[in-house]
Formats: sequence, structure tokens, C-alpha cells
Amino acid sequence: MLKTVTQLTVLSTVLAATGAMAQDATITIESWRNDDLALWQDKIIPAFEAENPGIKVKFTPSAPAEYNAALNSKLDAGSAGDIITCRPFDASLALFEAGHLADLADMPAMDNFSDVAKSAWQTDDGASTFCVPMASVIHGFIYNKEAFEEVGVDVPTTEDEFFAALDKIKADGNYIPMAMGTNDQWEAATMGYNNIGPNYWKGEEGRRALIAGGQKLTDDAWTAPYATLAKWGDYLGDGYEAQTYPDSQNLFTLGRAAIYPAGSWEISGFNELADFEMGVFKPPVQKAGDTCYISDHTDIGIGMNAASENAEASKTFLAWVGSPEFATIFGNALPGFFPLSKTPVDIEDPMANEFVSWRGECESTIRSTYQILSRGTPNLENETWGASVAAIKGTESPADLGAKLQEGLESWYKP
Amino acid sequence: MQRSNTRWHIAVFLAPAVLVYTAVMIVPLFNTLRLSLYTEIDQHRVFVGLENFRTLFLDPIWSKQFWNALANNFWFFVIHMLVQNPIGILLAAILSQPRLRFAAFYRSAIFIPTLLSFVIVGFAWKLILSPIWGIAPDLLNTVGLKSLYAPWLGKEEYALTTLALVSVWQFVGIPMMLIYAALLTIPDEILEAGEMDGITGFSAFWKIKLPLILPAIGIISILTFVGNFNAFDLIYVAQGALAGPDYSTDILGTFMYRTFFGFQLQLGDPHMGSAIASAMFTIILIGVCIYLFGIQTRMRRYQL
Amino acid sequence: MRTARTHFPSAVAMHGALLLYMLIALFPIFVILINSFKKRKSIFREPLALPNSDSFSLIGYKTVMEQGDFFLYFQNSMIVTVVSLFFILLFGAMAAYALSEYRFRGNLLMGLYLALGIMIPIRIGTVAILEMMVATGLVNTLWALILVYIAQGLPLAVFILSEFMRQVSDDLKNAGRMDGLSEYQIFFRLVLPLVRPAMATVAVFNMIPIWNDLWFPLILAPGEEVKTLTLGSQVFIGQYVTNWNAVLSALSMAVIPVLILYVIFSRQLIRGITSGAVK
Repeated sequence: MLKTVTQLTVLSTVLAATGAMAQDATITIESWRNDDLALWQDKIIPAFEAENPGIKVKFTPSAPAEYNAALNSKLDAGSAGDIITCRPFDASLALFEAGHLADLADMPAMDNFSDVAKSAWQTDDGASTFCVPMASVIHGFIYNKEAFEEVGVDVPTTEDEFFAALDKIKADGNYIPMAMGTNDQWEAATMGYNNIGPNYWKGEEGRRALIAGGQKLTDDAWTAPYATLAKWGDYLGDGYEAQTYPDSQNLFTLGRAAIYPAGSWEISGFNELADFEMGVFKPPVQKAGDTCYISDHTDIGIGMNAASENAEASKTFLAWVGSPEFATIFGNALPGFFPLSKTPVDIEDPMANEFVSWRGECESTIRSTYQILSRGTPNLENETWGASVAAIKGTESPADLGAKLQEGLESWYKP
Repeated sequence: MQRSNTRWHIAVFLAPAVLVYTAVMIVPLFNTLRLSLYTEIDQHRVFVGLENFRTLFLDPIWSKQFWNALANNFWFFVIHMLVQNPIGILLAAILSQPRLRFAAFYRSAIFIPTLLSFVIVGFAWKLILSPIWGIAPDLLNTVGLKSLYAPWLGKEEYALTTLALVSVWQFVGIPMMLIYAALLTIPDEILEAGEMDGITGFSAFWKIKLPLILPAIGIISILTFVGNFNAFDLIYVAQGALAGPDYSTDILGTFMYRTFFGFQLQLGDPHMGSAIASAMFTIILIGVCIYLFGIQTRMRRYQL
Repeated sequence: MRTARTHFPSAVAMHGALLLYMLIALFPIFVILINSFKKRKSIFREPLALPNSDSFSLIGYKTVMEQGDFFLYFQNSMIVTVVSLFFILLFGAMAAYALSEYRFRGNLLMGLYLALGIMIPIRIGTVAILEMMVATGLVNTLWALILVYIAQGLPLAVFILSEFMRQVSDDLKNAGRMDGLSEYQIFFRLVLPLVRPAMATVAVFNMIPIWNDLWFPLILAPGEEVKTLTLGSQVFIGQYVTNWNAVLSALSMAVIPVLILYVIFSRQLIRGITSGAVK
């Protein structure tokens, strides 16, 4: 029933829009996903253009590191593209508040998404939604199945088993137990702290309590993950301090490391690069039988430049992005980016399937620092990068790190 | 000397440069620096006078970062002055020896790193120094010094010096070329006159050439100073905008960029960013003024 | 013959020093180039080995070429660089001559004013510059880039050229004036040829940041038709990129044109230095 209603609404939007759209329009998409260029050019855009003659779409990505700065400059000066790919939470909220993103709350396609999915691109009161949710990414660990068999370790489910497995792989000596470096810093925070952390602070419960002021970063739930990260240092490769993110990826896909702390976005790249069988496991819980929590982070949305001269064509495009059809194309072309629409999407990739199956077994949460808590200076997310690195290197104690972060947060944030 | 009275030609000579430069560079830059006196409250720009500077220098969160970046920047500059410029002068001195065979070949080869973009330089050196790829450890191993290897870019105590040396590697061609051009403009007659007096070889360089190329050394010193205090790209490419590990490679340029344009979840703050840029500008301006008024005007210059 | 200087006792030491430094200078580039021609596994297994029949692969270059019109990008980069350099040298030399030759009120201040530009990172003026280009309709044209690069290159050009012009002998210029040459003729016919080494130096120094710039092409001219080579190859160096074949190939392709450009200028440079030396 729901499905047909959705399809009808999408259909009617498309019809209404095409009716108003007699002339040709070319719309340009701003994005940081330069890795997806081929996918957009070969699959997504042709599918859209076939259904919407008269609208041409150009996908013009820039490198992720420059995206925010370049986009903001172009928006301020009025030369940005029609469609804006949205970072989650405050970065896009700021663009909306500055009048750069159009309000899409009354777009029918928005009904295809749950409130949780939309929350990443809403004003705090939920009155306005300014981006169509596209995808979320889930954290966990990818492992080398052949290495596990060779060394004779089983997939760990608890932390004790996890470290026992690491010890065994280390003792065996043929594989680097875990591929991660601290040079780029964000890996330590994203694939380390926010990967294993939700099991400690109990996902949404802890995250909301932190925002509401009921918990502090000095609490055990928030410093304990640092203590666990401190144990990781022993299992990383030689010179991990200077190991970069691509180094880690290559180390794992070349079969030299056994475990890779991951985000699901790695799947498509790893499928292409690795010539051994891979499996995934979720962040191990502290004790057998504990409820598991996973980071299922809303990561990409897509919105409209409020100053777009092709508003109608852009809305047609956004309505299409909100449709189940897009979700199916996107979810399967990029396994590991999980569509956020309510309509379930059949995902073919086995690893991606495993990741997404955890939604049924565990409680989902988003990264702890993304909503509200990174609005001020010092920026909690960026500080967490440094703190996670310090934890792994063992240069500061978990308690000190918690105290430092809490002090920084308190300097500008009042619950 | 008969010079025309109106001297319109001076204006004609200056006009094109001044016009383009003022319109495309000075106006936008100062329009932006002006932002340092404002802040944004509820989407409105509010004049706050020197408040942003007070925050920058007195608020511990900001001032700690600022002084850290400034100190790192000085170290970055010191390494360039102590390593890059002496090597550049030495190479130029050798290259300018008459009848040195293959001089053009050496000169071109040594200049090549200067031609590369920061992206390439950062990427190449990260690969070479990488513990994973193993080029640096392997090379040290072949000379029996494996124990000297450390993941330099990942260690707080080495990262900045390592990057400064990479930057020296990249830019040594600039002092080399400038000094080389200066050495070549020294007339043979002067050197021959020196030879008559028995001044040759090393002492000819020290006693005759060096005083004559002092203006060029002055130029490269001030260019190094300006370049280093504006530096940004190499650190950004190699270590990211957070200039890790633990801000140990943060210099004024990366601090300014991070603040002005934002980074990851941190939103850009053009007002504080402009305040940092103004501080950088002041530091560089003081340095340049010392050079222009204190050194350049007093330097003995020989018309050749 | 100047025998004293030709028999330099330490010729061997000089060659040794130059060779050693040359190795240091070229080694990283060598590593990138050889690995761009290898299969992914061999890149990691033996990074220092030359490509052989086993490890040779052009897959990286193929990937790169499929992603865009690199000949068009090359042409754009070439136009932007050459046109900008021409105006930097012309306008810069004229201004430098005015500053170094004539005594007039505000001379020193004007020199300082023209040097201000190298003291502030021009990036912070991005929004203002972009607004101006949008207003004048120059956005997404090569002219937007050329204008910015001229403005950006002038301070250094004026700074270096005026220092060199101060060394041009007054007697020569005065002799020209005696012969009835106008100030413009003195500048173009007498002074410019004499500072050719410095001009070539300025050209090479300015060529580098222009050719390699990523920021302004990204902001001012991101369109497909006006993309520069550096921006075009940036697609392969993102955050989530593991395709090192493509990265290394893209980097190599970005290096080679600069090398060619330098070889061209370098001829001029040497010719300028040897024939124009003030004797």
C-alpha cells in the first residue's frame, strides 16, 4: 500500500514538473564524491535523462578536502551549481540558514524517508528539511577470510575474543593483525572511536544524554573506548604513526593485514582490489549477550541551490533521487552506501548485505559528535580525531583525554 | 641629464601593472581583511572593532594555536635559511664555474623539483617515507642504517622538520637560479683583475663574488621569509588541514585556512580567518619593511 | 687564456657534489615515473624495480585518459600559462623600470605597494574575486584565471626585475638619451635586452605556481571546456582513492608538460644569460 502511494506521489511530481518544463534545462550537481564520477555518468544520469527528456544533468565533483571551501565560496558569489550534495548536520544547516539551500519540506518525495533519516538535514525544530537523504554508512570490521583460516581464528563477537584473535594473528607473524594508521587522524576517530564506541555509550541513549547534558565526556562510557583504543597500538603495523588512509587500504587489499576497521563505503573499492575472500563482523560487545550497537551514520543528502535558475528541473531531479528507483540503482551500484528510503532495497553484494542485516540485530546510532556538538570552537569532531590518535599512540591517558574534550565542549556548549 | 618636465612616461610605465594589480588583488584582499573587524550574529554582520584580535591573542583556545603556529613557522623559516639558501648558493657557485662540463644538464636536473606541484611533491615524499612502501627503510638498510628509520611524518618531534626539508628539496632551485644569474652578470674583467692580485678559487668567491651578489642574497632571504610565512600547500597536502600529528606541523597558513574556510564539521569563520590573515600580513609586512628600509637602501650596490 | 680558473683543482669534487644533489633531486620523480608503468601488485612488492615484461602495465594511463579530454585540458593550461606570463613580464618590467630608473615622489611607497600582494595569501580574497568575475561575466572563462595570475605574478616580477634593473649602467642609458632615443625606446631597446636573464628567471618562477594551481581553476573555471590539466588530474587524488595506478599516471602526466615547458624556457634562459650578460 505504502509503496503504491509513494510511487503515485513521485509520479505526480514528475508529471507536474515536466508539464511546467517545456524548454530544455541543464542542471549541474556539486559533489565531493569524485570517486563516483563514472557511476553517475554511466548509470544514474542516463537513467534520469531517459525518463525526463528536456533535462540534461552534469555531475561536477571536486576533491573531498576542497569541497566545503569551494562550494561555500561559489555559493557566496552566486556561481554554484543547481544541485548541492549535502554533508550531514551542521555544515548543511549553516548553508540553509544562510539562505543557500531551498526548503524541501513540502516536497512529496520526502514522505519516502523516515524521520531519523531526515533528521540529518532538518532545522532543530524539524520544521524545514533542506536535503533529500541519499545514503548512510555502517561501521564494522572487514577481515581476510583466508588469513583467519590460515591462522585458525574464528570471527570474534566479544572484546575478549577480539583481542585473543589479534594476539593469535600477531603470534603467527604472517599477517599484520590490523590495518590502520594515525597519520590522517580521521581514521582513528571514525573507524576507531565511533566504530567501537556505541557499544560503550549505548548508542542513541548515550548520544542524546550527552547532548542533553545528562552525561559528560569524562564519564566512563565515553573514556572507556579510548582505553580500548590504547590497546590497538600493539596490533597495528610498524610505523603506523605515519601510515595514511590509502596505505591502510592497500595494506589490507594486498593481503598483508588480517583485519581492517572499516566503514561500509569501502566495499566497492575492496571488491575490486582484493583477490581473496573477505568477510565482515560487527564491533565486538564487551560481554557475550550484551545488546550490540552499531554506527549507522546518515552521510549523504542532496539539496537544491536556492538561487538556482532551473528550480523546476532541479526539483524534478530531486524528486527522482527520492524515488525507490534511484535507491535501487544507487544502493547496488555503490554497495556499502545504504539508501535511506523506507522502501527496502534489495542489495546483491554479500558484504553489504551482512552490514545492513545488523540493523535488525543491533540498535543503530549516528556518530556521536555530528549533531549539534560540533557547532562551536573548539570543534568536538576535530578534537576527537586528535584524541583518538593520542589514545592509540598512548601519549595521553583516557581520563585526561576525556577531561580535555569536556573542557573544550563546555567552553561554548550549554545543554 | 635632460629629462622631460612632465615625465608622463613614468605614469605610462606604471599604469598597466598598478591597474590590474589593484583591481584583481588589492581590492579583494583588503575587502576581505576588513572582515576581521566584524563578526556574524544571527546572519547579520556586526562591527566589533578589535574584538576578534582580542580573542585571537587572549582567549587561551585561540592564542595557544596561534603561538604554536607562529613558533612552528619560525622553525620552518630557520630550516630554509640554514639549509635551502646555503645549498642554493653553493650549487650556483659550482655551476657558474667557467668550463664546467654538463653545467646546463646539472642545472636543469636540479631545478626540476621546483617545477612540480605540491600535490606531486607531497604524494611522492609520503610514498618514499612511508613505512608501508618501504623505500626509505630499504634504502637505509642497504647502507646498514636501518635503525635510523622512524615513521618521521607521524612523530610529533620530527614531522615539521621533515616537511621543512621536503620543502627545501622542492625549492632549492629558486635561490640557485637567482644566485646563478647574479654570478653570471659579474664581468670577467673584475675577476681577472683579482687574479692579477693573486685572488683565485675559493678566496675569489669569498672576496670578490660574494660582495657582488649580496643584493641577490638579500632578495632570496626576503623571498624565503615571505614564502615561508605564507606557506600552506605542502603541509595541507601531506598532513591535512589539521596539520597533524597533534598540530605539530601547524603553521600560520594552515591555521588561517582551517579557520577561514572551515574543515570537516568545523564551519568556516571568515571573520576570525581574516583576523589571522591580518596578523600574518602584519608579521610579513614588518619583515619586508626591515628589508626595504633597513637593508636594501643601505646595501652597497655596484653597477656593472 | 685564464688558466688559473680553468684548472680548478677540485673539479672532481664539484662533479661529485652536483651528481649527488642531482640524485637527491631526481629520485622521487624517478620513483613516480617507473611505478606509473607497473601493475598494482608490483608497485607495492618492488617499488624500486624497473617495469619489466611481467610488471609492465598501462592500465593507469588508460583509466586516466578515459576520464576526460586531457588534450583540451593541456591546451587550456598552456594558454593560461603563456598569456599570463607574457603580461606579467611586460607589465612587470615596465613598472620595475619606472621604479628603478626614475626618482619621483612616492617611489619607495609605490614599490612597497606593489609588494603588498605577496604578503597576503590571495586565497582569502577568493569570494571577492569570484564575485567580481561573476559580475563581469568572466566566470568559467580562461580570462578569469589569466587576470588573477597576472595580478598574482606582478609583485614578484616587479621585485626581482627592479633589483636587476638597478644594475644596468647609467652610462648606457645616458648615451641613448644623447642619441635622441625616447624613454620608451631606451626601455625596450636598451634595458630590456640587458635584463633578459632576470626576465627568464621571473618567467620560470611564475610559470610554476600558475601551471600547478588548483584552487583558482576549481573556483573560477571548473567548467569542462576550460578545465586546466592540474584540475583535470585532481579527480584521481581524492580522499577515497586507492587506485594508485591512476594516481601515479595522473601525476606523471601532470609532470611531463611542465618539464617540456621548462626545457623550452630553459633554452631562452641560457641564451639570455650568455648573450645578454652585461659586460
